[in-house]
Amino acid sequence: MSQRDWPLYEVFIRARNGMSHRHVGSVHAADPAMAVEMARDVYTRRAEGVSLWVVPSSAIIASDPRDKDVLFEPMTDKIYRHPTFYQIPADVKNI
Amino acid sequence: MYTQGLNIEAGDKSIPLEDRDSALMRRFQARVDAEEKVEPNDWMPEGYRKTLIRQISQHAHSEIVGMLPEGNWVTRAPSLRRKMILLAKIQDEGGHGLYLYSAAETLGVSRAELIDQLLSGKAKYSSIFNYPTPTWADVGSIGWLVDGAAIMNQVPLCRCSYGPYARAMIRVCKEESFHQRQGYEIIMTLAQGTPEQKRMAQESLNRWWWPALMMFGPSDAASLHSSQNMAWKIKRVSNDELRQKFVDVTVPQAEYLGLTVPDPELRWNEETGHYDFGEIDWTEFNQVLAGNGPCNRDRMKKRRKAHDDGAWVREAAMAHAEKRQARQAVTAAAAE
Repeated sequence: MSQRDWPLYEVFIRARNGMSHRHVGSVHAADPAMAVEMARDVYTRRAEGVSLWVVPSSAIIASDPRDKDVLFEPMTDKIYRHPTFYQIPADVKNI
Repeated sequence: MYTQGLNIEAGDKSIPLEDRDSALMRRFQARVDAEEKVEPNDWMPEGYRKTLIRQISQHAHSEIVGMLPEGNWVTRAPSLRRKMILLAKIQDEGGHGLYLYSAAETLGVSRAELIDQLLSGKAKYSSIFNYPTPTWADVGSIGWLVDGAAIMNQVPLCRCSYGPYARAMIRVCKEESFHQRQGYEIIMTLAQGTPEQKRMAQESLNRWWWPALMMFGPSDAASLHSSQNMAWKIKRVSNDELRQKFVDVTVPQAEYLGLTVPDPELRWNEETGHYDFGEIDWTEFNQVLAGNGPCNRDRMKKRRKAHDDGAWVREAAMAHAEKRQARQAVTAAAAE
């Protein structure tokens, strides 16, 4: 029988300088230092990253998918937040 | 493949039939039909969750067990270059297993549970890894045929409805093409080498061809629950269709090297635009699935031993982590 699992960490990688970190998956590790090394071994065998973040999965607070409508609905009818809402004559330059 | 329909057996009542008429089910099906991705905390039918846990974890187990037939040749690879490449391939397989375990865990199952299922023999893995690798040419055949067949299956899985599985598949597919080219390069070197080398390549093809075709699972007619997996967009293409595609693509690759596919009934059908091929020995397939293939017992023995032998490493890592944490706490307290 296996023992208990090592804690779970979510892994984020910055692929290239100038980009933001993206979530790529998870690793189990005994502690944060090992998590970085594990993440390097599992997710960057082909130099896919210049920077790694590992975060204990338990530290991630996520919005509930069931609340998706309630949470995001107020934004959908505020179309005046988009530039296309505004009619500016074409002969006005640089706006 | 590694997902050859091993997840459902006749009389299996553990995957519940959903109330098809419930509003939740209808909304879920509408999302799937619209090609939306299902993510970890979304509502999903219990059957969808269970079938995915089984399929993804068995896919993962296949990658891990698949490291064994190739590991057999690491110490005897013909050159340093071939050894480094083989090590890199095996490392990739380990990595693929880990991507897939991660994806399975998002569905609410623990890694410990999945490992226990593999080691206890409860979970299955792809039948192909129950065959032995007695010659170096087999390392080539595995890359060319086994990884080739896996690619056939995994490309459509990149469009699977479950987000984490689809994304893991995209990552895997990027790495898998190197595997197939590595294998074909080995076979090519042998086929274009000495007569003995060419004989070794042919003999290896003779042993791996049919097991590779079996990787695609039972024929569509004999495949249970395929239609539910298709409706849920877990399965995107039928077994027979994938198998036919594999044959059509691979036969020319064999012919290019002057190798003969071991199927006397193989012939190009001008009318259909596909190769006709002979009947698979389904008895052998079922025997291997039932645990009576050439290497089933050996593979499980090696996995259990590896797990047991590694216990001290896992314990030491936890002890070290706890010690390091305690030391840091003392330092932090002292600094105040």
